[in-house]
Amino acid sequence: MDKIITVKNLVKKFGAFTANDHLTFDVYRGEIFGFLGANGAGKTTAIRILCGLSTPTSGDIKIAGYDIYRETEKIKKNIGYMSQKFSLYEDLTVSENIRLYAGIYGIPSKKAKEKEAELLEKLEMESARKKLISGLPLGWKQKLAFSVAIFHEPKIVFLDEPTGGVDPVTRRKFWDLIYEASNNGITVFVTTHYMDEAEYCNRVSIMDAGKIEALDTPGKLKEKYNANNMDEVFLKIAR
Amino acid sequence: MIEIKNISKSYNDIQALKEISLSVEKGELFGLIGPDGAGKTTLMRILMTLLLPDSGEAKMNELDVVKDFKKIRHIVGYMPGRFSLYQDLSVEENLHFFATVFGTTIEENYDLIRDIYYQIEPFKTRRAGKLSGGMKQKLALSCALIHKPKILILDEPTTGVDAVSRKEFWEMLKALQQKGITILVSTPYMDEASLCDRVALIQKGTILDVDSPSRITEKFPRKIIQVHSEDMFRLIQDLRSFPKAESVFAFGQFVHFTGVNDEVEISELDKFLTERKHTDVIVEEIHPGIEDVFMSLQSL
Repeated sequence: MDKIITVKNLVKKFGAFTANDHLTFDVYRGEIFGFLGANGAGKTTAIRILCGLSTPTSGDIKIAGYDIYRETEKIKKNIGYMSQKFSLYEDLTVSENIRLYAGIYGIPSKKAKEKEAELLEKLEMESARKKLISGLPLGWKQKLAFSVAIFHEPKIVFLDEPTGGVDPVTRRKFWDLIYEASNNGITVFVTTHYMDEAEYCNRVSIMDAGKIEALDTPGKLKEKYNANNMDEVFLKIAR
Repeated sequence: MIEIKNISKSYNDIQALKEISLSVEKGELFGLIGPDGAGKTTLMRILMTLLLPDSGEAKMNELDVVKDFKKIRHIVGYMPGRFSLYQDLSVEENLHFFATVFGTTIEENYDLIRDIYYQIEPFKTRRAGKLSGGMKQKLALSCALIHKPKILILDEPTTGVDAVSRKEFWEMLKALQQKGITILVSTPYMDEASLCDRVALIQKGTILDVDSPSRITEKFPRKIIQVHSEDMFRLIQDLRSFPKAESVFAFGQFVHFTGVNDEVEISELDKFLTERKHTDVIVEEIHPGIEDVFMSLQSL
């Protein structure tokens, strides 16, 4: 299989503190890759590096074939990003948000218009086109935020706790979108605190104190740690 | 200990709470379970006397939340959803500040917070803003307890917290309950419901059900069928195309299926999936969990 992310001996230090301690892993094209770990394990630091927002202390890292030290601008064009904390501009309308992202990623306005219409039809949000984001239900915002993050058809999308706080039905509908994106060849790199969601990933890595302690399919991890579910696996590794 | 009668609250044209009634017994660990926007924070802020209801009344230890707000503030501890301590005061200074505001000292009530505070005591000179998430949470809880409240109200203390820290936090709550404190806690994590004595399932300002977690799942009348196959994505799509499918939802390594009028048999599904060449198929009826119940009530 094609490797879309390769990470070899990624180290990130802040003064004397080692936030990422020799991380080595690959992510394959089209994979749903779960990136788990306790708070403070070093997940956010690693994601910021993989997105080209922070420079590692050392290590060889390639994202979609581009070098993390020299080609950060190319990396940014080829990835999408969404987090629970920030995703859309609350005081812009649905349509304005889509146009803004399309513009940032250099999508020609005619094409952006067509894609916007397609997207709103698919999300059944045509009636909300001119509504401000601040007035939308959380479930709608999340669907839209994810769709905007992949609007420029990136090779990889990074999702940082995308489902925090939403109701159980909406959370599952969101995962339908993730599956669909993965089916369309977009690689999904996702963090979550919901351990049932770890089961939906093709492979899962679990970080603890700056190191990757385990990386495999959910099935193999459960076998290896003699656990009934991913919650038990996580507790055995991170406690 | 907490009596809520027909409380309503609106913000402009959004009705956050619709005639909510609820009572929490003395010494109970009571959970408000629901997603963002359900009205959990609004209800807690009304009980904390930080917000006035539009109508209805509520009492905390017999005290009225509107008339007796000053007295209530002395008997309740509150841990808001957002970290609200002074970031540029140290751990110890924050605790000292809260103790002084309530006219007490750290020493006087140290017993109550010892098990929690000793874990952050080594960092007592560090500024609160420089603490990790888990340590902030322990400090916030210590500050909420320093005046020895009768009632403790916690607004989503475990949101965004990893699975390990969540377990530890619930162990702390159980220990506080043992000391006689009545606890009202909210959470969006359905699996935490089972750790409460009783829970209210809340959605869009309405209470869907109130009962013990085991009673809520026992009295749930629907037949839940758990299904597994090697290819989960295809399994979900195939099950949704099953003619008598009512709901098909992923639940970790399984899919939970309900049939129209609960008339779908295990053998039917088994045959249907075998025909579609699924491998490692498991089809079995299971007892529903809180999340099954919530999802079913939510869609009514």
